[in-house]
Amino acid sequence: MSARAKSPVFEYAPAPESREIARLKPSYQIFIDGRFRDGSGDAVKTINPADEQPLAEVAEAGPADVADAVAAARRAYEGPWSAMPGKERGKYLFRIARAIQERGRELAVLESLDNGKPIRESRDVDVPVAAAHFFYYAGWADKLGYGGFGPDPRPVGVAGQIIPWNFPLLMAAWKIAPALACGNTVVLKPAETTPLTALVLAEIIAEAELPAGVVNVLAGGPAIGAAIVEHDDVDKIAFTGSTEVGKIIQRTLAGTSKRLSLELGGKAANIVFDDAPLDQAVEGIVNGIFFNQGQVCCAGSRLLVQESVADELIDSLQRRLATLRVGDPLDKNTDVGAINSAAQLARIRELTESGVAEGATRWSPPCELPERGFWFAPTVFTGVSPAHRIAREEIFGPVLSVLTFRTPAEALEKANNTPYGLSAGVWTEKGSRILSMAAQLRAGVVWANTFNRFDPSAPFGGYKESGFGREGGRHGLEAYLAH
Amino acid sequence: MPTKRPKQTTPKQPAADATRLRVRKTYKLYIGGAFPRSESGRSYPVHSAAGDLLAYVAQASRKDVRDAVVAARKAFAGWSGATAYNRGQVLYRVAEMLDGRRDQFVAQVGQAEMSTAEVAAGEVVSADAARAQVDAAVDRWVYYAGWSDKYAQIVGGTNPVAGPYFSFSLPEPTGVVGVLAPQDSSLLGLVSVLAPVLATGNTAVVIASEDRPLPAISFAEVLATSDLPPGVVNLLTGSTAELAPWLAGHRDVNALDLSGVVVADRKALQIKAAGNVKRVYAPHEPDWFADPGISRLGAFVETKTVWHPIGV
Amino acid sequence: MSTLARPDLRDVSRDDTSLRRFLHGLPGVDQVGAEGRAAGLATRSIKTTSKAWAIDTAIAMIDLTTLEGADTPGKVRSLCAKAARPDSSDASVPSVAAVCVYPDLVATAVLALRGTSVGVASVATAFPSGRASLDTKLHDVRDAVAAGATEIDMVIDRGAFLAGHYVQVFDEIVATKAACGAAHLKVILETGELATLDNARRASWLALLAGGDFIKTSTGKVSPAATPPVALVMLEAVRDYHAMTGERRGVKLAGGIRASKEAVRYLVMVNEVAGQAWLDPALFRFGASSLLNDLLLQRHKLASGSYDGPDYVTVD
Repeated sequence: MSARAKSPVFEYAPAPESREIARLKPSYQIFIDGRFRDGSGDAVKTINPADEQPLAEVAEAGPADVADAVAAARRAYEGPWSAMPGKERGKYLFRIARAIQERGRELAVLESLDNGKPIRESRDVDVPVAAAHFFYYAGWADKLGYGGFGPDPRPVGVAGQIIPWNFPLLMAAWKIAPALACGNTVVLKPAETTPLTALVLAEIIAEAELPAGVVNVLAGGPAIGAAIVEHDDVDKIAFTGSTEVGKIIQRTLAGTSKRLSLELGGKAANIVFDDAPLDQAVEGIVNGIFFNQGQVCCAGSRLLVQESVADELIDSLQRRLATLRVGDPLDKNTDVGAINSAAQLARIRELTESGVAEGATRWSPPCELPERGFWFAPTVFTGVSPAHRIAREEIFGPVLSVLTFRTPAEALEKANNTPYGLSAGVWTEKGSRILSMAAQLRAGVVWANTFNRFDPSAPFGGYKESGFGREGGRHGLEAYLAH
Repeated sequence: MPTKRPKQTTPKQPAADATRLRVRKTYKLYIGGAFPRSESGRSYPVHSAAGDLLAYVAQASRKDVRDAVVAARKAFAGWSGATAYNRGQVLYRVAEMLDGRRDQFVAQVGQAEMSTAEVAAGEVVSADAARAQVDAAVDRWVYYAGWSDKYAQIVGGTNPVAGPYFSFSLPEPTGVVGVLAPQDSSLLGLVSVLAPVLATGNTAVVIASEDRPLPAISFAEVLATSDLPPGVVNLLTGSTAELAPWLAGHRDVNALDLSGVVVADRKALQIKAAGNVKRVYAPHEPDWFADPGISRLGAFVETKTVWHPIGV
Repeated sequence: MSTLARPDLRDVSRDDTSLRRFLHGLPGVDQVGAEGRAAGLATRSIKTTSKAWAIDTAIAMIDLTTLEGADTPGKVRSLCAKAARPDSSDASVPSVAAVCVYPDLVATAVLALRGTSVGVASVATAFPSGRASLDTKLHDVRDAVAAGATEIDMVIDRGAFLAGHYVQVFDEIVATKAACGAAHLKVILETGELATLDNARRASWLALLAGGDFIKTSTGKVSPAATPPVALVMLEAVRDYHAMTGERRGVKLAGGIRASKEAVRYLVMVNEVAGQAWLDPALFRFGASSLLNDLLLQRHKLASGSYDGPDYVTVD
């Protein structure tokens, strides 16, 4: 036995990545026809959500830039790109994949600065999975005839791609890689609050010497997105974002021959049975709702826990949440970073307040939030009824709503009782129950005894109002091939 | 009223047996396995392509659409949850029943689709043409019946993910599909759009060809005697222009097949369909006799990806 | 573990069936999830001041071990000297928790450590295989205790455990505990032979229910020995046992832990999984030999800012 004094606290060091690594530039330009240029729209400052300080100025695109970008994409499509043998296209994609890996640390730090997500996630998920997507689809470029879409499938043409702010680089990869592999050209619009990594990706694409116009990246807001959607010479729209905007796009494309794929919102049920591996279920719940601050369309935002094990599970969950570290996104010890924007923070607050007003019980672990920046403590609501707004509406934040159930049938009924259908989780050690639940959950991805797993080879996408079309895997080719 | 066909005061009688009065059929809707009249009490006259009055058929209302969607939703769990083999058996049974009533369908398709002009132009083959339609319809149904337990193997599979997980993806039915049946091809067209919807496990609310609904109604009778669970197919007759917007706007309908809507009229329906992010299938008018391939099977399926850790 | 509703734990061990019901009624462990969690914890980085504290704490948690057929009194005496004063040039380095030797060398160690705070642990019960009669095993324990051992590291009968003879394993632990008298009992599960994390959890509970003061991963003679997922599961067991009974029991990781970095990572795990109360040699130990020198080298590095080589720490 030691006589030594105990440490008052076993403290984790701030272990920040240096922002120097991000090679942040004072200003960023949009990318059209193989060249960087100032957009004709406003020069907008993109800010670091962790401290509200400006990161860089971005010369956003205006309507004329959309026209130029689409024209450039059309020329590249009619010109070199669609005629290029698949194996050559594939080699360009391999180059991009490798370059993302080589500049991985830079991209990770930049992503955390611009988005607010913990460096642990940008480093371990966003960037490597983005590279993996290019790797995966690079290999498809000369094998499309084996994809099950006919012996000689043709590209669609010019694809307009609009992506959200929650996984800026990763979503760009999800969109661009399959489009290019299939021989399409691209006009990509990153989200207004997170344009930087997509613009660095444009740099990578330029350095990979892709033919001019094959990929065009337009920073801008909703008006630029709408201009892309409405442009007559765009053949396909791929959108990831809110269900609300997805519906607007679907309406806009009504009566046109433009193809559409939508990856929209969700309100996933994470179902824990009393025979679950509880310690891993707790981890899965934490990962399910606090990964990327819960700003994930497939977040496990509704915890459905079997009543017989609810108290025990919630105790364990609360104990675990007390160890979550909220703070500086660049700190390698950080588990939960900043909310992406003031607007998103306001929405999270509004919905959270509705949860309290409607009678649910709110709990957060003790945690000190930084004074500046957009922060929201991990929050758990118990005593949630299916009728509460926090049980129905997508919060897109670190807020978990806990409901209970008694039987598998009740769990299913509650899980499926939503207009969304993107993802679901099931935790039980009983194999036959997993298969039964997986078959009956109306959701595009079912994670059993795990959560939030992503892989380029695994198709991802929604049922019902969570959208249509799949990204990833062989299925992900379909959106970019004419048929 | 949906039709502007010339009218005759009395339906034309087959002359086969002059001494016996024929028992005429009342053409009704098919909802939830039953054959109700329209709740609206409306009907409309249907004429042959040659202009003869054939019958008054039920003219469905938006409330009939609503009832049909409820029936289709109710049937969905059972039909989508049935084994693919079982679905294939039931669908094959439909083909058997259809084949058994070929003569009736040949007559009805002939009446519906062969105009006076064609008959007058000495198209003695009109009966043969109608027979070819019916034969193709039977064969088409058999084709799709056979797909029901094969499609998942064609488009599903395992995903070689980079981690200790077993991941697989399977096609699952989209749900309740609103089918606007082709206007011209009264049986072969109908069968060609409906069979793939059912083979993949969806349930359907069908709006039959407005002017040529009799083969469709008779086909509903085939379905009703073929072990198909009630509500899996619900068939309405009436004005496509009146009913389609209700179907397109119905938020418990998951998908829409616009085959029977002319291109000019599709946009408004697509706008309504966006209200609940419906999957909308709006193909060009095909050659119904051509090999259909598998594209229609893929129109109303969702890919589900399932993950599980691999450990001991 | 509130849903276990605090069963009458004596009742649980009534027969194999009820013990089996209890142990198999514990929540399962998903291997991939447990490995993922353990790997996630390994990415924590701790403050320099905490690191200095962690290194000293880790030193104070070591059961400095020699378990070789070639062990001699001379070897044990030099080990004891090192245990009492790990760094001859720096008196601020804490003593280790204990030395760990075979029973026949306990007397030598006791003599060598007289007047120090270092305990004497002895592996007993036909270590490492445990393949002997209960009488022989208990005799082994009594010998070691009689020679002055303050801690006994017993092995469970893995064969009996794997065969489902849980009561036999349980009773042997109870009997060994009785034979220990005042000595602390550490129960070696030999998780490498139990193969699955589910078994590691069940064996942990079995040992805790039977009265083991510590649960210990391994003998060091079987690979794999201590691994992060096994440590995680065992720490969860003592955490949950505490939640159920209010009693704190210890965990000892043994075998294969050689680097300071690993030791510090395990301390992070102890802190986050079991809680800060377990960051104490009374509740957490490393069974190791070469780890000590690596900790000393790290300690030098923290103090001087430059790296030392092995010539600057003593071999024993």
